Amino acid sequence: MGAGAMMVIAALAVLIPVTYYKKWGYLWNEWLTSVDHKKIGVMYIVIAFIMLLRGFADAIMMRTQLALAYHAPGYLPPEHYDQIFTAHGVIMIFFMAMTFMVGLMNIIVPLQIGARDVAFPFINSLSFWMTAVSVVLINMSLVIGEFARTGWLAYPPLSELQYSPGVGVDYYLWSLQLSGVGTLLTGINFFVTIVKMRAPGMSWMKMPVFTWTALCTNVLIMASFPILTVTLALLGLDRYLGMHFFTNTAGGNPMLYLNLIWAWGHPEVYILILPAFGIFSEVISTYAKKPLFGYKTMVYATCSIMVLSFVVWLHHFFTMGSGADVNSFFGIMTMIIAIPTGVKVFNWLFTIYKGRLEYKPPVLWTIGFMITFTIGGMTGVMMAIPGADFVLHNSLFLIAHFHNVIIGGVLFGYLAGFNYWFPKAFGFKLNEKLGKRAFWFWLVGFYVAFLPLYVLGFMGMTRRLNHYDNPQWHPWLLLAEVGAVLIAIGIAHQVAQLYVSIRDRHLPENRDITGDPWDGRTLEWSTSSPPAAYNFAVIPHVHELDTFTHMKETGKAYASDGFEDIHMPSNTSAGIFIAVFSLVLGFAGIWHIWWLAIMGLIGILVTVILHASRDDDGYYLPAETVRMIEESRGRVSIAQEAK
Amino acid sequence: MLQKTIPANLAPDDHSAYHHPESHSVFGFWLYLMTDCIIFAALFAVFAVMSHQFAGGATAKDLFEINGVAIETAILLLSSITFGFGMLGAQRGNKHALLFWLGVTFLLGLAFIGLEIREFSSLVADGNGPDRSAFLSSFFTLVGTHGLHVSLGLIWMAVLACQVIAKSELSETTLRRLTCLSLFWHFLDVVWICVFTFVYLASVA
Repeated sequence: MGAGAMMVIAALAVLIPVTYYKKWGYLWNEWLTSVDHKKIGVMYIVIAFIMLLRGFADAIMMRTQLALAYHAPGYLPPEHYDQIFTAHGVIMIFFMAMTFMVGLMNIIVPLQIGARDVAFPFINSLSFWMTAVSVVLINMSLVIGEFARTGWLAYPPLSELQYSPGVGVDYYLWSLQLSGVGTLLTGINFFVTIVKMRAPGMSWMKMPVFTWTALCTNVLIMASFPILTVTLALLGLDRYLGMHFFTNTAGGNPMLYLNLIWAWGHPEVYILILPAFGIFSEVISTYAKKPLFGYKTMVYATCSIMVLSFVVWLHHFFTMGSGADVNSFFGIMTMIIAIPTGVKVFNWLFTIYKGRLEYKPPVLWTIGFMITFTIGGMTGVMMAIPGADFVLHNSLFLIAHFHNVIIGGVLFGYLAGFNYWFPKAFGFKLNEKLGKRAFWFWLVGFYVAFLPLYVLGFMGMTRRLNHYDNPQWHPWLLLAEVGAVLIAIGIAHQVAQLYVSIRDRHLPENRDITGDPWDGRTLEWSTSSPPAAYNFAVIPHVHELDTFTHMKETGKAYASDGFEDIHMPSNTSAGIFIAVFSLVLGFAGIWHIWWLAIMGLIGILVTVILHASRDDDGYYLPAETVRMIEESRGRVSIAQEAK
Repeated sequence: MLQKTIPANLAPDDHSAYHHPESHSVFGFWLYLMTDCIIFAALFAVFAVMSHQFAGGATAKDLFEINGVAIETAILLLSSITFGFGMLGAQRGNKHALLFWLGVTFLLGLAFIGLEIREFSSLVADGNGPDRSAFLSSFFTLVGTHGLHVSLGLIWMAVLACQVIAKSELSETTLRRLTCLSLFWHFLDVVWICVFTFVYLASVA
């Protein structure tokens, strides 16, 4: 009930001001129906932050439970606790990390490649709304019904109807299927964008590293998300139609589910980490004021990680008993991934070497990452040894390991990118002092929270325990609780950072007037902050890697003439409607309300058909209007000064 | 045919190259088909694992009637050819030829779905539904997923036919949509050939 009350309060906190200030029209026309990739990106990141708070609330509840539950039941009964650890994993991976990554990609990739938009602006809006409604659906489970108690990958036979008869697993299945549609479409959309829409002259080896990593991530999305769709659909068929894919009876095979889900799941972790690697590369080269060391090896390392990510899935269940040969193969392949990753770490180090590194918050996150991720990578290699894995499997050592790489790698990366690109998206900088404090609380909090888990793993404590009576574990779990509190203080600083930065956004030292606050090296910094809807008044021509640096050196960085009519896509509400009907379908499916499900399905079909039959091919922004917009943003005078 | 359609209709001219060129749709749709291909690949893999899990029930040899399935196959393959004729008509700007062949393709597709429904319902009626054994679960799911795709293709075909009828001439946009549907239709044909070979023929061999 507390969760429900929180949600109502949060909803009112948004709805009342919007209604009071009569902003519904603005919200609908400028944001909700927008097909502008920058606005869609911002909305993704808003969702990611809200889900970070939700996921972290789950985390600190679990840590508190384990701090209290020594020789005692604690305050969370098992059936509640099990829902919390499941929700924590699902929300952090799918609705925090994935949305954050897609949001950053949305804002930055088209700008980095000198494009005016993504390949399919409507599909982009649809992808966002599919993600948004699945977030709504998964949070509905807090109030209406219950969530899965199965762990974040819903292994059968526990997730089968026989052992999970409630609606929890159905909430899980439907929300992931809906968001999976959005993710898959995003993957196709951005792959086409990067392959087809780069500015003239930007050959493959002149593409910024973040764009490269985004490209590889999109390949992974396209190749792996269909497997997730199939896997969850088969589990759904077991539950809804009594089929026997993963049941214990009638020839079903639960281990098939494990193979399938990890054939998606392992590429998934690289879907998350590769863009983070790209962000670190951009950040470190910008603030060290040097080209990235070993750009080409960085590209090749990214591509080889992309390929290798598909041949390691079995290391998630060495204990299945596939035999020594199979386990050895997957163990060795897993260790091999450490090689391209090591190449990357050395590239970042050598980029810093003899550079003039500015210790801004994005750099702090990057250095914190390099140390933390290396430790996490090493514990990963430890567990890649099948013999060691038999001991460490399902222990808290594993939990420590993957938080080590996902917090220390993925989250630190996205937060570095958030601090780095914030002025590009909003036109003002984030407060540095609070940003640095947030970093230090996060970093120290991370170590205090998770190093004890390594120790506990060695002591034999398994994951997902609700209470315990081992006196040796207790002090370490108390220490981990302290770490979680430190992270909470870090998050509070991030909230304060946002508040203070927005409050002080008009101060001259915070405003980003030039569009290039960090002396950037890539094309996103060559346009205004925030960029006009068309991104680039004049499409840049690329001659070098780090092309914006080259343009600044040769005095060609800003254009003051040569404006042309620009074609723009029209806003559309079709994405919202399709997604809302999907939400209706999902909710009806969860509760077996079949007439409502059919209505949702018809709604989707009709909206798609109406949208597919439209004749609206967008509109043209006349060259004169483009000139006026550019002048009002001071771009023309910047160009004249630069000359 | 594809060799012809793509350059003829979809080569970006200089002006559109930096805006929202139409050509991206076909490339994007190709990529979508490849992701769909992975969906089918996963279902085939599941079928391979499950193909002998009869759970004491009927086996593939007991259940499959190859003659009926061969007719289904012939109908679907024929519908690919007739769709090709329709696209040739569309290339010439001949609306009547296009609509005629689309109509023929639609009827063939409908016949295919009808036969599949008949096969499925007779299996279920005999107590060999998808809940009988893991083998039957994977069979119904793989073949049913293909059937669902064909059904969506039929809806899509009807929508496009309405668009063609409603507009006085074939626009670039309509041609592009037809090209995507034609890719989809041929793709389903290729998948069906694999279904026929690996699910039906290989199971009774």
